[in-house]
Amino acid sequence: MNLTLLILLPLITAIAILLVKNATQVKWVALAGASAQFILAIVLLFAFNKERANGNVSQMLFELQYKWFPAWNISFHIGIDGISVAMILLTAFVVVAGVLVSWNITDKTKEFYFLLILLSLGAYGFFISLDLFILFFFLEIAVIPKYLLIGIWGSGKKEYAANKLALMLMGGSALVLVGMLGLYFSSSLKSFDLMVLSKLHIPTEVQKICFPLLFVGFGVFGALFPFHTWVPDGHSSAPTAGSMFLAGISMKLGSYGCLRVAISLMPEGAMQYANIIIVLSSIAILYGAFATMMQKDLKYINAYSSVSHCGLIFLGLGMLTKTAMTGAVMQMVSHGLMTALFFAVIGMIYERTHTKQVNEMGGLLKVMPFITTVLFIAGLCSLGLPGLSGFVSEMTIFVGSWEHTDTFHRIATIAACMSIVVTAVYILRAIGQTAMGPLKAGYENLQDARWNEKLAAIVLLIGIVAIGFAPFWLTDLINPATELIMQKISIIK
Amino acid sequence: MPHVISIALIPLLPLVGFILLGLFGRKYFNKSAGFIGTFLLLVSTALALYTAYQYFFDIGKVNGIYQKLVPFKFTWLEFSKGVSIDMGIMLDPISVMMLVVVTIVSLMVHIYSLAYMKGEARFATYYAFLGLFTFSMLGLVISSNIFQMYIFWELVGVSSFLLIGYYYDKPSAVAACKKAFIVTRFADLGFLIGILVLSFYAHTLDFNTLIERLTSPASNEFKAAVGASFIGITALTWGLVLVFIGGAGKSAMLPLHIWLPDAMEGPTPVSALIHAATMVVAGVFLVARLFPVFSMSAPALYVVTFVGVTSALFAAIIACTQTDIKRVLAYSTMSQIGFMMFALGISGLGGENGLGYTASMFHLFTHAMFKALLFLGAGAVIHYIHSNEMKDMGGLRKYLPITHISFLIACLAISGVPPFAGFFSKEEILLAAYHHNPAVYWIALLTSGLTAFYMFRLYFSIFWGKQAHLHGEHHGEGGFAMMLPLLLLAVGAVLAGFIPFGHFVSSDGAALESHFHWQFSVAPVLIGLLGIFVAMWLYKKENDKPAKMAASLNGIYQTIYHKFYFDELYIFITKKILFNLIGRPAAWFDKNVVDGVMNLTGNTTQLISEKIKGYQSGKVQQYALYFLLGIIGIAALFIYVWK
Repeated sequence: MNLTLLILLPLITAIAILLVKNATQVKWVALAGASAQFILAIVLLFAFNKERANGNVSQMLFELQYKWFPAWNISFHIGIDGISVAMILLTAFVVVAGVLVSWNITDKTKEFYFLLILLSLGAYGFFISLDLFILFFFLEIAVIPKYLLIGIWGSGKKEYAANKLALMLMGGSALVLVGMLGLYFSSSLKSFDLMVLSKLHIPTEVQKICFPLLFVGFGVFGALFPFHTWVPDGHSSAPTAGSMFLAGISMKLGSYGCLRVAISLMPEGAMQYANIIIVLSSIAILYGAFATMMQKDLKYINAYSSVSHCGLIFLGLGMLTKTAMTGAVMQMVSHGLMTALFFAVIGMIYERTHTKQVNEMGGLLKVMPFITTVLFIAGLCSLGLPGLSGFVSEMTIFVGSWEHTDTFHRIATIAACMSIVVTAVYILRAIGQTAMGPLKAGYENLQDARWNEKLAAIVLLIGIVAIGFAPFWLTDLINPATELIMQKISIIK
Repeated sequence: MPHVISIALIPLLPLVGFILLGLFGRKYFNKSAGFIGTFLLLVSTALALYTAYQYFFDIGKVNGIYQKLVPFKFTWLEFSKGVSIDMGIMLDPISVMMLVVVTIVSLMVHIYSLAYMKGEARFATYYAFLGLFTFSMLGLVISSNIFQMYIFWELVGVSSFLLIGYYYDKPSAVAACKKAFIVTRFADLGFLIGILVLSFYAHTLDFNTLIERLTSPASNEFKAAVGASFIGITALTWGLVLVFIGGAGKSAMLPLHIWLPDAMEGPTPVSALIHAATMVVAGVFLVARLFPVFSMSAPALYVVTFVGVTSALFAAIIACTQTDIKRVLAYSTMSQIGFMMFALGISGLGGENGLGYTASMFHLFTHAMFKALLFLGAGAVIHYIHSNEMKDMGGLRKYLPITHISFLIACLAISGVPPFAGFFSKEEILLAAYHHNPAVYWIALLTSGLTAFYMFRLYFSIFWGKQAHLHGEHHGEGGFAMMLPLLLLAVGAVLAGFIPFGHFVSSDGAALESHFHWQFSVAPVLIGLLGIFVAMWLYKKENDKPAKMAASLNGIYQTIYHKFYFDELYIFITKKILFNLIGRPAAWFDKNVVDGVMNLTGNTTQLISEKIKGYQSGKVQQYALYFLLGIIGIAALFIYVWK
């Protein structure tokens, strides 16, 4: 299978969006493009599994390499392993849902959809890149449209939020760039290629400097404590699809980068800083959860809960065991789907009630059963109910973390486990106040979800349930990849 | 070997009901939902009975010992080598017994609800939730893997949440369902960490392997689990106590019981199914499932005994003062589960020593019958009178003859009057306690007396005493669908005690002969009768004796009436500590400190650029000046600093 399709398809869709005339056509073109991506991602999954079943054990499959800038040894090198496939699937699910929920955008429809599709292009490119330079290139493609999405179609303190988000993410990118150049110049081969770099031994002193640069740089994207403050403001001001992309995909670019670049290239650096990562992520998990408890705005609730859930991803990465790392990747996928679903539903509710404050709502189950049921399910996924994706990923992280025997790791794991209780508190508070209780006056005539909204929710639900009911396909996909990364780490241990 | 598909269908049919009614119920099956759900469960029940017959009389026994059969399992999620969540079916005496109990009670509730819930707008949703609950509960009891049990454990929790919150527009129901979920979730945290501890030492999550490894003193796993310790307590005990916290939460044991009385906000048939007969005994079942491991740790068993016996007494005392009939029954449930718990705690493993184990399971079995009957009877009363309060009731025996008789039977059964079911099982528990721990025996005896008293206080207040004010037109006793389950369960409450339970369920799988000592029965029966007579004296005819007594014991009475102020304590912990001392500062810190630093960075950058932007004026003369100054500066540096 040719991986360039993953980049070409959004590119063609984006161009087609610019060419067509009216808003209706724009929407249908975008939907067609997103659906094609979706199908492509599914086909990719099967093609990947088939190739593996045929006994192809090389680390990356479907590799392609074109010379791009030979003077600097930069090549357009792409390829995928199980982790990338999982992330590509996540992106495809979120993009379709994002296109569907934005169906009612009337202001500058063409530009809006163009930017959405551009974002997906950045994400796909990022997940398949095997060369640091083009990886960085795609990372930037995924930042700029977000600034515009929030600045133009956002609400509330949108200028502040857009600036904050763009500046903080740019700051993260700057760190990534410095770390990347450090790696480039330190190696004798002067290469940006991930495959080449991973075979070299990067000197320990270089790892000591470059690991934190890259990890924190990507960590800013992934809401690593204390660089998470763009998350609440950014999400609450973004339009619905913007929030979905931001939380569902963009934040995963960060955690994926941490794993793919920082940890797998520099295992010694990872060992060196693992305890700091664990401390920061344990703080994020509990502190994010407690901060969520006090929020009254639905979007803030989900944003802070994302800080807590993304803390689990970093915890899983920082533990440096195979099980926890697999769990972290599962949590990336799971949280991406779940939070996208959450934001989609919040958007639907906001569109009808014109408020995001939970205390201004009540009894919505009566008037919009579909929307509130989906809200329920998203909430249950967030609090880790078995049968939904959150449970399997969180449990994998916990079990993986417990493999360490010393007190430090034990305390961190127990702290992380405690989040399941706090999560239950804030999720049930939010759901209890919005969906249950007596119906507030003025909401009697609200309509339930329309076809596009239903479809968007169902797409994401399918993903969540597919992982929750049958996690084995996802773990089978991820495990070989994390095992390779862990092999490098265990050699050093 | 047993027929795998027919066993798998037992939990799967209710799941089919849930999916079918949950997705399409509102649109297509709102009228027929009840029949669909009931029919599916009828098939499940038949299969469960068949499985039980096959297990107990045909394939279960090898050389006189009941085996643990695992006819089916597959790897669902593999964490690392050997440690994986498997989905499987385990048949052993207790799981087969639970299959029968759960399906029968659930079927009764399904039938009963056909009439009780008739005309509800969310009728199909109700049956969908019942299906989900039944599926989860059945999955829980047949789990072959401790993590599989945890999964279904969480699922029963959420179905309980959904059913308590069924009347979602009632704020009290919303509060109750949240409370139930959060309190049990808190307990589940203990269960989860307990699983992590046990599985870490046993290197497996599979029940059979785990029990085998942690009960053979020679195995490396056991040595490791006993060798490691934290603040002087072995890892094995830690693991078991943590798992037990999960069980105590689900089974509403002290001090995690506070959710159960509030859970009565759910529809009454739901209380009968979930909060009396099945889900709340999950904690007992969990301890019984891991009993061989528990018996390796005396401190863990001591904790079980202590929690069980205090809960039994404490709940019985509170039950004497409550006026909401469902709450009386809720506290009574808590008290009876306390009996089951401490019976396990005092039990030994194998032979005569294992009497406590058998007695506990026996009591679980009989209790399911008569407690479901009590709740369904209470439901019939509430259906008739439209109130939960005792003060609105009285003299109903004339209007509700069938309910009256079946309720009386259940009251006699729970009070331990021979020859009703409760007599036999409670007798066994007391006998086991008498032999193993006299202190527990005396407390349990006192509690039996209290049980008889509060049950007959309830009985006389509903069916005797002053005449209730019946306003307006009154329908009859509730149709055939409501009466049939009452009658069937009443038959169970009379006859269940005659089952030679020890032959089927014992701590080591071998038959346990129960010896009946009539001399021993005298004390419990007498104290039971005493309780009944006191209740009769106080409540049969309307009088002011109860009020006077309450007044004379004012302080104590108020403390008991307010359930020893446990709710207030919890509100203090959650509101004051969790929200005000942790949540609020965390939110403040994030907004002002962490975000403040980010904003400060931004503002400072802006300020500096504001200050220095004047230097880029575009005037060539100025640039030339800076250029010159720069050259002089650098020259000075070279000359003076670097030489």
